[in-house]
Amino acid sequence: MNALTILAVTVPFLGLVPLFLLGPRAGERAGLLMLAVAAGVSLAVGLCVVRTGQPQVYFSGGIAPPLGIALRADGFAAAMMGVCAVVLLFTGFYAMRQPGGAEARMPPAFFMLLLALAGALNLAFMAQDLFTLYVALELLTFAAVPLVCLDGKVEQLKAALTYLLFALFGSVLYLLGAVLIYGLYGTLDIGLVAAALVPHPPEWTFAVALALISAGLMAKAALFPLYLWLPPAHAGAPPAASVVLSAVVIKAPLFLLVRTWADLAPDALAVAAAPVLAVCGAGAILFCGVLALAQVRVKLLIAYSTAAQIGYLGLMFPLAATGDAYLSALAWTGGTLHLASHAFSKAAMFMAAGLLAETLGHDRLSGLRGAARVAPLSIAAFGIGGLSLMGLPPSGGFVAKVMLLTSALRQEIWWIALVVLAGGLLAGGYVLRVVVLALQRAEGEGPQGRECRWRAAIALMLALGAVALGFVPLAPLSFLSIGRHLSLEGLLP
Amino acid sequence: MTEALIYGLAGAALAGCGTYGLLTATHALGRILGFNILGGGVFLIFGAIARRGAGAGFGGDPVPQGLIITGIVVAFCATALAVALLLRLRTALAVEAQAGHEEETQP
Repeated sequence: MNALTILAVTVPFLGLVPLFLLGPRAGERAGLLMLAVAAGVSLAVGLCVVRTGQPQVYFSGGIAPPLGIALRADGFAAAMMGVCAVVLLFTGFYAMRQPGGAEARMPPAFFMLLLALAGALNLAFMAQDLFTLYVALELLTFAAVPLVCLDGKVEQLKAALTYLLFALFGSVLYLLGAVLIYGLYGTLDIGLVAAALVPHPPEWTFAVALALISAGLMAKAALFPLYLWLPPAHAGAPPAASVVLSAVVIKAPLFLLVRTWADLAPDALAVAAAPVLAVCGAGAILFCGVLALAQVRVKLLIAYSTAAQIGYLGLMFPLAATGDAYLSALAWTGGTLHLASHAFSKAAMFMAAGLLAETLGHDRLSGLRGAARVAPLSIAAFGIGGLSLMGLPPSGGFVAKVMLLTSALRQEIWWIALVVLAGGLLAGGYVLRVVVLALQRAEGEGPQGRECRWRAAIALMLALGAVALGFVPLAPLSFLSIGRHLSLEGLLP
Repeated sequence: MTEALIYGLAGAALAGCGTYGLLTATHALGRILGFNILGGGVFLIFGAIARRGAGAGFGGDPVPQGLIITGIVVAFCATALAVALLLRLRTALAVEAQAGHEEETQP
């Protein structure tokens, strides 16, 4: 039992309560402090997993499932918790007021919502119970929807309402799936359901339940073809909100999609469903990638790029479902690394786009000429973040794509290899369009103004974080496989 | 036909109606209602499952009953959030229309 896991969930939620009592300035400082503490706890959980080499487990009230509820941080969960905590903390600093300045950049509610996101994400990454996961997903939605419409503009409110309705439809489908599983096995604990499946092959009802859960998670993660709500919601939100929406919020349903097919579903079902998920992923990469090329505003371009990049995780499923342990682990590591590097690079790009919009007064591509002269650090952050999206070395995106490609080629699944390569080309197209335009000399006077340097430095640090992920060895990471195969030993006290 | 089966089928019918409403309604309020009917259907199915799992002298399996209560609270919060958003949207649209009208009258 490790109490740090439960602290990672409760600290952010308890930390946001005093913010209601404090004024805007003190509330902002307290919010940042709590975010830092929460990030510290999340990273400490990761450290415990590394040091012991064991998943960290906690039973609420000391009662093991099926009566109690388990929290369990394995290597995969700890990695995602660490990435999300770091991005949330950096976003907090990006959104805080100018040191010594009087004007608030974001309303006080923003910092409360960041803390709520931190708690909900940690719960979604660690909960072992399908119903607790449902609650975590709902908490995540309730924290993310207000972020979309922080300014209260008409467009934002419309986007927030569409997002909420998509997310609610997704959560009801998910709940129906969970309900059917309870009806079949009399438990909602993922480990116990998986254990019950071992002696008996699953009934068709179980496959229906998994399909419902997957459809619900796809609606929440905006995986193709359910991506329609994402671009207006992510592009219309205030810049700091776009950062967390695109970089971390959609990662939780994607993570759970992986958990569903890797931990809950028996191998035979996972092999059968993998091509469907891969086709959705390929559709996302190609279709949304082309749409991103056609955008005329930088923020919309980045939002469509998010909808496209989600697809790589879909491609991971057939590659990871192979019987070859090495190739499966390679695809697995590639998919996880892609989630992490996408979080860093997308956060950096949305931060840079926000700074560009502040400096230039707009974010239209047509007016971008000469932007590199007034906002050099922002353009650098955008370009370096984009490097990882394109999959150019050295970057986390490069290593992730090489792993997926290697696994696809060694298994001779050619079409996946082609989609991975085509996705890189499309990403190159839309990232370079922005960077090349910004580097061109402006006609006439060109844009005036000056970027906010220290905030651009925050974006640059995140972009360099995505690059730093490129220095992991090109092999399956043992850290990610800690606690991968759920066994009853870990779950019993 | 057992009691649980009747309730389960009724829940399925409600879920079907709700899904139809959620997918076809043109106005956001209709979609919110559709979500509620769908949610009601899912909870009813869960209730039927609880009834089927009755044992040890209970009228039903208590775990789903507890979860249904939690689920209803969550669905209620979601509805409140959606309706609040809808009201804010209406106000914002009215303000925008007002501003547009004033611009037209003052050339």
